[in-house]
Amino acid sequence: MSLLEVDGISVTFDGFRAINGLSFVIAEPELRAVIGPNGAGKTTFMDIVTGKTKPDSGKVLWGEDNTNLIGQSESTIARAGIGRKFQKPTVFEDQTVRENLSMALKDRRGPFAVLFGDGGNQARLMEIAEEVGLAAHVARSAGELSHGQKQWLEIGMLLAQEPRLLLVDEPAAGMTPEEREHTTDLLKRLALKHAVVVVEHDMEFVRRLDCRVTVLHEGRVLAEGSLDHVTKNQDVIDVYLGR
Amino acid sequence: MIRFLLAFLLTTLSAPALAQADLQTILQTHADEVESPGRRTVAPVIEDLLASGLPSVPMFLEAWQGRDIVRNAEDGLFYIAGAEKDDTVTLIDIASKEPVATAPDAALSEARPNGGVRRVIGAALVQFRLSDPDPQARRDALASIARRPDADQIEPLRGSLDTEENARIRAEKERLLNILVARFGATTQARVDAIEALSGSITPDARAALAQILETEEGVGTEAPGGNVAGPVTLSPDEAYARLVDEGLAPPIVTPAAIRDAILANAEGDSVAGIPLATLNTDAARRAAYDRLATDGRASPFVTQAQVDAALAIHRFDAIYTEADPAVTEAALASLSAVERQVALNQTADLALDAISLASIYFLAAIGLAITFGVMGVINMAHGEFIMMGAYTGYVVQQFVPDYTLSLVIALPLAFVVAAAAGIAMERLVIRHLYHRPLETLLATFGISIALQQLAKNIFGTQARPLTSPGWLSGQWVANELVSISYIRIAIFVLALAFLELLLFILNRTRLGLEVRAVTQNPGMAASMGIDPDRINMLTFGLGSGIAGIAGVAIGLYAQVTSEMGANYIVQSFMTVVVGGVGNVWGTLAGAGLIGVLQKTIEGFNPSNTLAAQTYMILFIILFIQFRPRGIVALRGRAAEG
Amino acid sequence: MTDATLSYRAQRPPIKRTSTMIFLGTLTVFVVLVTVLSGADLISTSFVKLLGKTLCLALAAVAMDVVWGYTGILSLGHMAFFGLGGYMIGMWLMWARTEAIVQANLATQSLPPTPAELRDAIGGQIFGVVGTSDIPLIWSFAHALPLQLILVVAVPGLLALVFGWLAFRSRVTGVYLSILTQAMTLALSLYLFQNDSGLRGNNGLSGLQNIPGFENTSQAWISLTFFWASALALGLGYLLFAWVVSGRMGSVLRAVRDDEARVRFLGYHVESFKLFAFTLTAIVTGIAGALYYPQAGIINPGEVAPIASIYLAVWVAIGGRGRLYGAAIGAIAVSLLSNWFTSGGVPDIDLGFYEIRWTEWWLVLLGAGFVCVTLFAPKGLGGLVDLIARRTDPDRQGAYGPDTGAKRTSEGAE
Repeated sequence: MSLLEVDGISVTFDGFRAINGLSFVIAEPELRAVIGPNGAGKTTFMDIVTGKTKPDSGKVLWGEDNTNLIGQSESTIARAGIGRKFQKPTVFEDQTVRENLSMALKDRRGPFAVLFGDGGNQARLMEIAEEVGLAAHVARSAGELSHGQKQWLEIGMLLAQEPRLLLVDEPAAGMTPEEREHTTDLLKRLALKHAVVVVEHDMEFVRRLDCRVTVLHEGRVLAEGSLDHVTKNQDVIDVYLGR
Repeated sequence: MIRFLLAFLLTTLSAPALAQADLQTILQTHADEVESPGRRTVAPVIEDLLASGLPSVPMFLEAWQGRDIVRNAEDGLFYIAGAEKDDTVTLIDIASKEPVATAPDAALSEARPNGGVRRVIGAALVQFRLSDPDPQARRDALASIARRPDADQIEPLRGSLDTEENARIRAEKERLLNILVARFGATTQARVDAIEALSGSITPDARAALAQILETEEGVGTEAPGGNVAGPVTLSPDEAYARLVDEGLAPPIVTPAAIRDAILANAEGDSVAGIPLATLNTDAARRAAYDRLATDGRASPFVTQAQVDAALAIHRFDAIYTEADPAVTEAALASLSAVERQVALNQTADLALDAISLASIYFLAAIGLAITFGVMGVINMAHGEFIMMGAYTGYVVQQFVPDYTLSLVIALPLAFVVAAAAGIAMERLVIRHLYHRPLETLLATFGISIALQQLAKNIFGTQARPLTSPGWLSGQWVANELVSISYIRIAIFVLALAFLELLLFILNRTRLGLEVRAVTQNPGMAASMGIDPDRINMLTFGLGSGIAGIAGVAIGLYAQVTSEMGANYIVQSFMTVVVGGVGNVWGTLAGAGLIGVLQKTIEGFNPSNTLAAQTYMILFIILFIQFRPRGIVALRGRAAEG
Repeated sequence: MTDATLSYRAQRPPIKRTSTMIFLGTLTVFVVLVTVLSGADLISTSFVKLLGKTLCLALAAVAMDVVWGYTGILSLGHMAFFGLGGYMIGMWLMWARTEAIVQANLATQSLPPTPAELRDAIGGQIFGVVGTSDIPLIWSFAHALPLQLILVVAVPGLLALVFGWLAFRSRVTGVYLSILTQAMTLALSLYLFQNDSGLRGNNGLSGLQNIPGFENTSQAWISLTFFWASALALGLGYLLFAWVVSGRMGSVLRAVRDDEARVRFLGYHVESFKLFAFTLTAIVTGIAGALYYPQAGIINPGEVAPIASIYLAVWVAIGGRGRLYGAAIGAIAVSLLSNWFTSGGVPDIDLGFYEIRWTEWWLVLLGAGFVCVTLFAPKGLGGLVDLIARRTDPDRQGAYGPDTGAKRTSEGAE
């Protein structure tokens, strides 16, 4: 069944149509890769789903009871179960790995709950740290981590949120081949229970994910299907090679 | 002219018995009143003098008013006192104006009209002065009539109309005549016509005349009143009952104060009516004690609410015009409402001028900030001190160049140079190192701000220094009685416009402007294209600060120069920029316009309380930012969302 | 996995707990010292008052540090809450004292006064200076200390809640928010300057140093008691804030400071957290004000002018924001120095051609010093502690505040 249904959204920035009647459906569980050239609207698409950008028209329906997410705040959407990993690792470098993960742990999010809370389930926190290979670094400040470790920390924070839908923007950037493999495994494993949307440039990485692929171009869906299917699509070839 | 008038007076004011009499004779018939006139007793003298129609009357009146009339004890005649030498006074004949005799000082008694009498004499003189060859004298005469309008003045005024050659004075005379006729005219029709003619006039005296016609007396009675009834008076029950009490139609309500007085008046030792005074510390206890006094007949009984209601039910309160003629009051009502519309319209126009002028000042104060804060994103809390520097530069220049126009011409560019130099120094030494820490820039520039303020205090002292505007800038442009604006404010407005143009030109049409915009939008890209961002930042900051300096001269001309003058504008200036929308000269204009208009409009509701106006304006701005967080002229698009 | 079973707080770096203990210890020693010196008549009553007032300012600075140094909101309006706290307690002080005076006056009359007469007389005494004897509605609770004490907390708290809700809701941040808070305090001070504000216009409230019911107690004792109360409030406030900024709350607040958009995507309602920090600090600042003004004796609208709040930020910056003791040190150091210089305690310097009188040059020195601190010592006086402790402070290597977003090592930057 569909978890997220994006229905005919459009958004214009100063006359530039970044998203043009985009529709998109993802089920739970499902793994989906979104590819597309620069400016295809991948990031804007994520911004709209996570509530950062308000579209001019269209609907974003979520969950069993089809709530419209348009107009809800970023935090409400995040609490509803949509987690996002940014292209550029954005962790709180000023704080320790533990503090970063602790903030992300699924828990009550109100100011008073946070104030009087006990800092969250530490066993779960260490489990996640273990998963992303940072168990030995929990006491370190996130700013001291390498780029790859920051990527892992951010993935760890995403896991800690226990979202139903994971929006993952270029997860493998700056990772070693082994780390990439680990990431692929992790994403595939997650996709057994969750809905996972991966935005990626790296075709090799996408191929390894072995999932349904959606090609965006000029703010709308150009093609959808298996990687082999879409790479044979003439439109896709034109867009990628003919530009 | 005077001859003509006198001939006219002869025919109109009929007093044939005295017409042929000689001036001295008339004075002798009223000798005591002339010598020591009283306000009441002087009237018949003046009437007779005017009725005589003698050509020497005006001169005599002037001399009388000027306390130059003396009575010689030897012959009992009145003379004009001439030059005095060795206690001997030359006596001048009141009719011929020739020196006719001398007399020792001791023999003369001076006629000493007091202030009230001199005013009465002056009023009589006005009639002669209406036709004086000197236009200023005629204007004075008109003003004098307008101050004390009187039925007697109608005819002389009307008589002077025909010969009036000065169009403006003539119009003024006609207007005044209308006012007089409206109030004192002989026939209803004449008055109604005059009243209708007044409906286009917004002068205070016209309005006062109409209001006077519409004066009412409020009466109370049990029956519908007679006379020219204006309508019922709306009063609160308390007020209405108080009226009844005043008119003696109802007993007064017993107030706590009355109870207290009655208790104290009837106290015997330390008790009243058998109750100890010490226990009477509540209203209830005091009422009980008073009630006993009332039962004993030692105080008037309480008035119950039922009594009050009954009294109010049988009485009615009406306003009755003192003017008996309904046609007149009706016309006056219509005229007054037309006048009030006109007045409201003109007041709005005046308010609009004030608002524009205030907006110009805000614009001038904020425009430099719009560049440093709006374009460069630098929070400069010392911006106000650059304004102050400019103003003090103007002040110092005036100390060396006494010609105000010349000193202004020197001060304006010099203020720019001084403030720009200070700005560039500050940018190079401090702000440059804090470009990516705006909040710290705010605090560092605040440090500079308090240091500069204190320095100015140490140098120039704490008292306000004047910055005098040249003569051609003093005075004001007057459209009518209600709409006026001082030239200095017009100059500030023009200066603000000039700055707007200049900035638009610099930013949109020059190489510097292009580079500034490039650096603002994408410093990295601009640098790779060979633009030196450091140089541009320095120049931009210098430009913004320099403009603040010039604004300082302008503000100094209109307000006073103190070390705190900049601080007074800083918060408003920031709000102007924020409300208008950052990064845009038009935004600052819109912000200044909005704040200026808003402040004047709120002030318009309660002119005496500018503090409240400012408070409400700031509250409005706080709310406004709720709805347009990016200001009136907002940058849109993806960049603005970041 | 063994540390997973430990509680989160046990894992926190010990430095903050240590610094809290050191701070409270120092405060205690200071209080004992001042008490002994005062008892031995070695320091004057006015100096005890000055120290008590300074402690109140330090409490306000600590609160300011939480809202600025930790949460990243540079509020240039926190002294408005300080002033409101002072006004609220001042209303009771003035009312109760006037009531006592009026009662004493009326007691000589043969007829004892009724409650209404008493009220009128009090109104005439208090508001005669602004040409009225009507008692404004806002004085309805002034007769009762408990109610007015509630207002000390409620009025600044409510103002902060309403203003903060409006400001944070519309996502006004950074410099704009600072200007908006400045506008708030300017509006409040302009309002209070009006004669019909109900708070005696520019006369303000005066005679607050006379505590009703303690007319026969010497000012020395009253000053010392207020000094103790101020120290206690500072200690408790410090503990409260040390607790708030520790643990997950502190973590979230600092995250909001560094990158509030990212915190939103973690599911936190950033506005609520800002509002929480803003309102809590406003309330504590209000309490600090309520302790300050009985020692100052007078409060007027000038006290809530924007410049007062900027000074508060200056103290915090000089002390070193992002650490609570830094804020307290900054406030104490600057306000005591300021007092020392402006009261003529520092000898003037005769340069031969010009004599530097410190009463005139102190502000120039302060301004210049402040610029230097911002430029060369962004960690403020608190940074000295790092030098002594030889701490390189690894968790503090980037810029402060929300200005540059999350601090990024060069590798993470674009």
